[in-house]
Amino acid sequence: MQILKPSDIPPSEITPRALFEDRRRFLGAAGATLAAGAALWAGLLPDARAAAAKLGPLARSPLSTDDTQTGYKSVTTYNNFYEFGTNKEDPAANAGSLVVRPWTVRVEGLAGKPRTFDIDDLLKLAPLEERIYRLRCVEGWSMVIPWAGFPLSALLRQVEPQGSAKYVEFVTQYDPKIMMRRPVLDWPYTEGLRLDEALHPLTLLTLGLYGEVLPNQNGAPVRIVVPWKYGFKSAKSIVAIRLVEKEPRTAWNKAAPNEYGFYSNVNPTVDHPRWSQATERRLGEFRKRPTLMFNGYAEQVASLYQGMDLRRFF
Amino acid sequence: MTKTPTAAQLAAIKAALFALCLVPLALNLQRWFADALGANPIEAITHASGDWTLRFLLITLAVTPLRKLTGLNWLLRLRRMLGLFAFFYASLHFTTYFWLDQFFDLNSIAHDIMKRPFITVGFAAFVLLTPLAVTSNNYAIRRLGGRRWQSLHRSVYGIGILAIVHYWWLVKADILEPMIYGLILATLLGMRGWWRELERRRQIAANMPRPMPGGKVIPLVVKSPQ
Ligand code: HEM
Repeated sequence: MQILKPSDIPPSEITPRALFEDRRRFLGAAGATLAAGAALWAGLLPDARAAAAKLGPLARSPLSTDDTQTGYKSVTTYNNFYEFGTNKEDPAANAGSLVVRPWTVRVEGLAGKPRTFDIDDLLKLAPLEERIYRLRCVEGWSMVIPWAGFPLSALLRQVEPQGSAKYVEFVTQYDPKIMMRRPVLDWPYTEGLRLDEALHPLTLLTLGLYGEVLPNQNGAPVRIVVPWKYGFKSAKSIVAIRLVEKEPRTAWNKAAPNEYGFYSNVNPTVDHPRWSQATERRLGEFRKRPTLMFNGYAEQVASLYQGMDLRRFF
Repeated sequence: MTKTPTAAQLAAIKAALFALCLVPLALNLQRWFADALGANPIEAITHASGDWTLRFLLITLAVTPLRKLTGLNWLLRLRRMLGLFAFFYASLHFTTYFWLDQFFDLNSIAHDIMKRPFITVGFAAFVLLTPLAVTSNNYAIRRLGGRRWQSLHRSVYGIGILAIVHYWWLVKADILEPMIYGLILATLLGMRGWWRELERRRQIAANMPRPMPGGKVIPLVVKSPQ
């Protein structure tokens, strides 16, 4: 399947999400003729988000949840991306300076065929799927996001991990010229997974959301999404993926080892030292809802942790 | 140039200040109803009310130093209102927590207060603030007597420290903001400490026995052995 590069897509195909959503709402309310007129008129409006190119076509995945999706605006304006500021609105305001093209990702370490991938090659490496996942932040809120990407395993297979590789380390972009210089975390932000976690079919190498390329504040141009772990495990704006033998140190673990463990699986029975993890606020909902073991993905991933004391390996 | 406003002017100043103190509440209510508080409005309200509680605490604590530095003694007449607004925003903050955040789940609230250090400390600050609000009237001052009233209200220094600790413990990694507020508090309390020390020295100096006239003058400088 040929995936179009953003530059290959005719401008007429690019529909800004805000307009698209408005139009949909409008379609529900008014007659078809009226709606067509409105769409035409809306199409003439100056459009601030024309850059967000569509990805497509996306295969649907049986791994998607049918929970109600969190609105595009919330998903793209309520972010933790500390490199662009520690308030939730900061990344949307500041991440515009991130240059996402050209972009390469080095896949290296204990690999038979280490290789540097260009972002355009990554987009074509495997068929893109839409995966609607729950995202549970360690802070106690959650969203439901339609990501676009393919299993990380497809990428890792290309470089042929060696038998000695036990873990995968993710290194993310750090450019002090445009990013936070205060050492709030040990920059660059790094994350890690056990190799079997990284190869799990749920672990998604993610290039888009809501059918479009990732907005910068959501970790453009490429990130991972690990839906059964707290959000911070899903590293953004990745520049290198390393196959390693020893458990890698991770940014949050370095910052507060007793609060953020290497595993950080969503677990309602193991509280953060400073707050409860039993419940969460799904953005857009008023009352909190109970948090599910492994964020509701226990059926798929519980076997990875058979026999492990999840209190100790939090 | 220590002008004192007339009673009418002071009343006008108080009315204006009262309205000004309500602006943060008005803005947040407006944003709430305009759905302009972002993706997580309950969190936004919790943060805004917490921020304003802390700010009003610090503003209240700034009155005395400001009065001493400027000589504008009438500023003291505004302090009660500012302190009560600190309590007002603290009440909103606490209400947001037990209503919007916890939805009256008493079990969970009790658990939080006992188990989460940052909640424990915030709760302690709020509990300690309550008697100060209750005794912020002339009747209570008369009943308690000025001295006891004053020592009760000195607990506000401790409340300020608890508020900073509450903030410091709740942030995940970026301690910049609690640190800035902490430095402001340290300055406000440090000025008091310094003035008290100066006062102590002045009193010691004042109480020193005066040298008796006509006595023998004994040189106090020890000659160096060289
Ligand atoms: C004098 C008393 C208090 C002061 C000065 C105060 C101040 C603050 C401040 C400055 C914040 C952070 C706002 C921000 O991040 O922008 C905050 C957050 C918070 N406070 Fe308080 N607070 C007080 C009492 C309480 C009490 C009694 C409770 C609950 C029992 C409470 C619960 C919370 C919660 C849940 C948060 C949000 C934590 C988070 O988002 O992670 N506070 N408070």
